[in-house]
Amino acid sequence: MSRRSRGAAMRTIAASDVTAAVRELCISVNHRMGEDMLAALRRALEIEESDVGRHVLERLLENARVAREQWYPICQDTGQAVIFVDLGQDVHVAGADLDAAIDEGVRQGYRDGYLRPSVVEQPIDRVNTGDNTPAIVYTRIVPGDRIALGLLAKGAGCDNMSRLAMLTPSDGRDGALRFVVRAISEAGPNPSPPLLVGVGMGGTFEQAALLSKRALLRAVGEPSPDPRLAAFEAELLGRINDLGIGPGGFGGRVTALAVHVESRATHIASLPVAVNLDCHSHRAGRAVL
Amino acid sequence: MTDDRPIEVTTPFGAAQADALRAGDAVLLSGIIYTARDAAHARLAELIAAHRPLPVDLRDQIIYYCGPTPARPGRPIGSAGPTTASRMDAYTPLLLETTGVRGMIGKGKRSAEVRAAMRQCHAVYFGAVEGTAALLGARVTQASVVAFSDLGPEAIHRLVVERFPLIVVNDVRGGDAYDEGRARYRRDRADQRR
Repeated sequence: MSRRSRGAAMRTIAASDVTAAVRELCISVNHRMGEDMLAALRRALEIEESDVGRHVLERLLENARVAREQWYPICQDTGQAVIFVDLGQDVHVAGADLDAAIDEGVRQGYRDGYLRPSVVEQPIDRVNTGDNTPAIVYTRIVPGDRIALGLLAKGAGCDNMSRLAMLTPSDGRDGALRFVVRAISEAGPNPSPPLLVGVGMGGTFEQAALLSKRALLRAVGEPSPDPRLAAFEAELLGRINDLGIGPGGFGGRVTALAVHVESRATHIASLPVAVNLDCHSHRAGRAVL
Repeated sequence: MTDDRPIEVTTPFGAAQADALRAGDAVLLSGIIYTARDAAHARLAELIAAHRPLPVDLRDQIIYYCGPTPARPGRPIGSAGPTTASRMDAYTPLLLETTGVRGMIGKGKRSAEVRAAMRQCHAVYFGAVEGTAALLGARVTQASVVAFSDLGPEAIHRLVVERFPLIVVNDVRGGDAYDEGRARYRRDRADQRR
């Protein structure tokens, strides 16, 4: 990979190709629930004991089918488009700046997909921008000559219930666990359970938050490759599902479908923990150019 | 939660009918409902504070906390699930006391102040499931913007709905379907108590 980046010519990718990929992702994730999420809802239906909980899960699966077959968005909150870009360092984007190309894809996707414009220009005056732009874009420079796009159509009801704590080393694993469970307990029915729970641990204040969001991009229920984190995810899932909040918040065994933990190196004095929630209409998609 | 078949309710309805509903009741709601969410609530509250007339007569009507997606051609509306109700808590007691609104549809918990105002004003709060927004949108037979059209998805829409599936969350006696459901399925652990 490094040899290639020294010797190889830059690969050119047209900005219009980025726009087209983002447009397609916006429309597809909002109408076609991912197979991973559908499988997680079906598993939940197998273990849910509550009648109303089972009823809600059945309706969520029916909703996904109607959305796909009849072109209704899965949820009326079609989200703010959060886009993770892994930009190969051997790529030259030609024709427009990358962020503008992405915003144009969001603009076209939300317009052509009959998706809701849900973004206001600034948080105090709150005038709707009308086209769901600007997108939230996080770009990493990575080896290689491709562009990988990951898109979350992120609803606000669940994002609003997210939390971050600057814990300290003495709080430890137990403190982190309790903080995550408490965040979900206090959120109750508001974030539209059953949830996908993203947890970011370590790094700094802002890195923990970003890790918790990036964790939501992982295929639903895929455990962390680190066995210690995978065990932590399993324990968290058990504790969260002991809360009894259940599907739709009406009581039941399944409050979360999965917990994804991402972790990074941190300062000797710090233990940042961030919890980012995604609702039972989790919408995520990926594309590689 | 009752095991009975859902109760059919038609809007508008009065205090007596609200009084008869119980937390946990499954309801199929038909008739006219009005959407209003954050921005529309702020405007309604401003009009009330200024003693000016409201664009909609809300007496005995139902407010739906919803910002629908745009309609595809040939349809009245797109997807239309509920948004988080607690963001409207700051305005709800004022609306209940001044407009005579009979109920609200949303998702999530209400504040103690809202629940007290609901008991006093004989109003109910219905819960819907946000992730069924497509199914809910398909049960809207007519939709039109009746106020604040500049707010786009946050404008007040008049919807005609047919058998909208809801659950009574808060009734006039102080019942709460979320609390009651959760209590049934919670497993306590010593290290989780606060």
